[in-house]
Amino acid sequence: MSEPVLTISGLNVDYGTGADAVYALRDIDLTLHRGEVLGLAGESGSGKSTLAYAVTRLLSPPGVITGGQVHYHQRDGRALDLLALSAAELRAFRWQELSIVFQGAMNSLNPVYTVHNQLTDVLQAHRPEMKKADRTARARELLSLVGISPDRLGAYPHQLSGGMRQRVMIAMALALEPEIVIMDEPTTALDVVMQRQILRQLVRLREELGFSVVFITHDISLLIEFSDRIAIMYGGRIVEQAGASEIYRDPRHPYSAGLLHSFPALHGPRRELSGIPGSPPHLSSMPSGCAFHPRCAKKVEGCDTHVPVLAAPDADGSRSVACWLHHEAPAPAARA
Amino acid sequence: MKFLLQRLAFYLVTAWAAITINFLIPRLMPGDPVQALIARFQGQLDTNAIDSLKALFGLDKKQSLWQQYTDYWAHLFHGDLGLSFTFFPTPVSEVIAQSLPWTLALVGITTLISFLLGTGIGVFTGWRRGSWMDSLLPVTTFISSIPYFWLGLIAISLFAVKWPLFPADGGYDNSLVPAFDWPFISSALYHGVLPGFTIVLSAVAGWILGMRNMMVTVSSEDYVMVAQAKGLSERRVMFGYAARNAILPNISGFALSLGFIVGGTLLVEMVFSYPGIGYQLFQGVGAKDYPLMQGIFLIITLSVLAANLLADILYMLLDPRTRREA
Repeated sequence: MSEPVLTISGLNVDYGTGADAVYALRDIDLTLHRGEVLGLAGESGSGKSTLAYAVTRLLSPPGVITGGQVHYHQRDGRALDLLALSAAELRAFRWQELSIVFQGAMNSLNPVYTVHNQLTDVLQAHRPEMKKADRTARARELLSLVGISPDRLGAYPHQLSGGMRQRVMIAMALALEPEIVIMDEPTTALDVVMQRQILRQLVRLREELGFSVVFITHDISLLIEFSDRIAIMYGGRIVEQAGASEIYRDPRHPYSAGLLHSFPALHGPRRELSGIPGSPPHLSSMPSGCAFHPRCAKKVEGCDTHVPVLAAPDADGSRSVACWLHHEAPAPAARA
Repeated sequence: MKFLLQRLAFYLVTAWAAITINFLIPRLMPGDPVQALIARFQGQLDTNAIDSLKALFGLDKKQSLWQQYTDYWAHLFHGDLGLSFTFFPTPVSEVIAQSLPWTLALVGITTLISFLLGTGIGVFTGWRRGSWMDSLLPVTTFISSIPYFWLGLIAISLFAVKWPLFPADGGYDNSLVPAFDWPFISSALYHGVLPGFTIVLSAVAGWILGMRNMMVTVSSEDYVMVAQAKGLSERRVMFGYAARNAILPNISGFALSLGFIVGGTLLVEMVFSYPGIGYQLFQGVGAKDYPLMQGIFLIITLSVLAANLLADILYMLLDPRTRREA
């Protein structure tokens, strides 16, 4: 595996402060390697988007990062502590090193500015020495990169279709050739044909430009197809982390298995579709122990009292899972 | 361009309708101006005078309503709005020409100031919500909820009577002859401070509140988050992305309020005995001065329409979504 480009360790995020605070993220450990596509899956409210916002320090109040570390590893080997950057350093870091394609891509473009204006203002902010004509040329280049005719540069967002707006956002994310692109449900609002088309394009661009991707979605079938590694989130924690094919063939966490069994496979033997009973827990009333235990069909004694730790179930250590089925039964001394 | 022409045609039709109604209303009311004048002079007019008055008002010819209507239009295009009763025999157009500039200057400038000030404060309070600036809101809202005439009287009693810093009434020093020279202009400005200050004080809260609320709404839009994620400077995000979109409703509100400059200042001009058009209208209503009322209503109607047209044009320039595709 190649060197890491982004390491998150022990990240905690709360919504609200003091007694009213609810835990949105707990003890997140995650590593993104150079050039890989890391999938982040989970139901609504599992903390996927919160994780993306926390890493980029875009959390708006009442979201607060209460602990943990996020390091960005530059090509020369130096690590940048993202949570300690000053406002100016943060501005310089954003988009230059890490860009985001947001969930609400339909509304991600400012309705009163042209595409040209919004593609070039980021160049202007980060490359002030660039000439106006060069910025325009770069904007044209970016549009053709995502398969939009450069003469749409003068168009306003409302004159573009949803798929085109999404591509403009992807073009914008690539404007400064960042090392990391976070895609927060980039294709949720689009039809399946457009989804495929855009994701294919993305995969091709990644091969050409060599950036790393954090791909957030609730659609685990997309992840299995497009990502190298998958982390599955539940109730603000990562419950399983493994290679995409490993997750697909052999999910270890009952929740991962549940997610996988909730969509039909096109190939292979027929399986019975079985959703996951119940609904995701509310952040303010998180179950004790393993957050998944009220919905889990395989729960054992101790699941409701002890929080399982994310650890390797096998000796080779290539994957990790947070479930008592795969670790020793909780000892009384284990953390509660 | 096509859109603009459509709007223009729409406003022409509206103006025509408004002027026609303006023409009809006094004629549908009982009595005629001569009778009103007779009543005003308490019957101390002889028949010759009454006949000549009738001739003056064109009531001797027994014209049909249609004939009167066409004459009315003909007069309008010559700028002839008839003679005022109150200031008989001054033409209405002259009365309006004397008072309109005062209102336009005082209320125009104060409307502009309160819009700029309120919108500016609104941008900052909306952007940094939760900061100390939020405490401005209840204060300004409280002030704006004070009835204007009371605020005006308090201002007079404090700053003109108790501490005589400013004059209590009038538009300029009466010992001066109106002219475009420095003594007169400075006197007019000096007289305008107190009414202007009270207008701004009572109007600014509305702009602050509107702008702040739109800022708060727009700040949670995805494109503002994107702008921040893009690492743009805070100024660019605040003004270029948040305020640029949040200001749209305020802009149309501003354009509309320009239309009410002419008509909506009765209280100010009464409290401060300011020689503006609202004060004239007040006198005209008291004296049943139909020509004057008609003339002022016409000016008010036209300025409201012009302001609406301006609002349309501004919106079209500022919001590309309202521009229709050819």
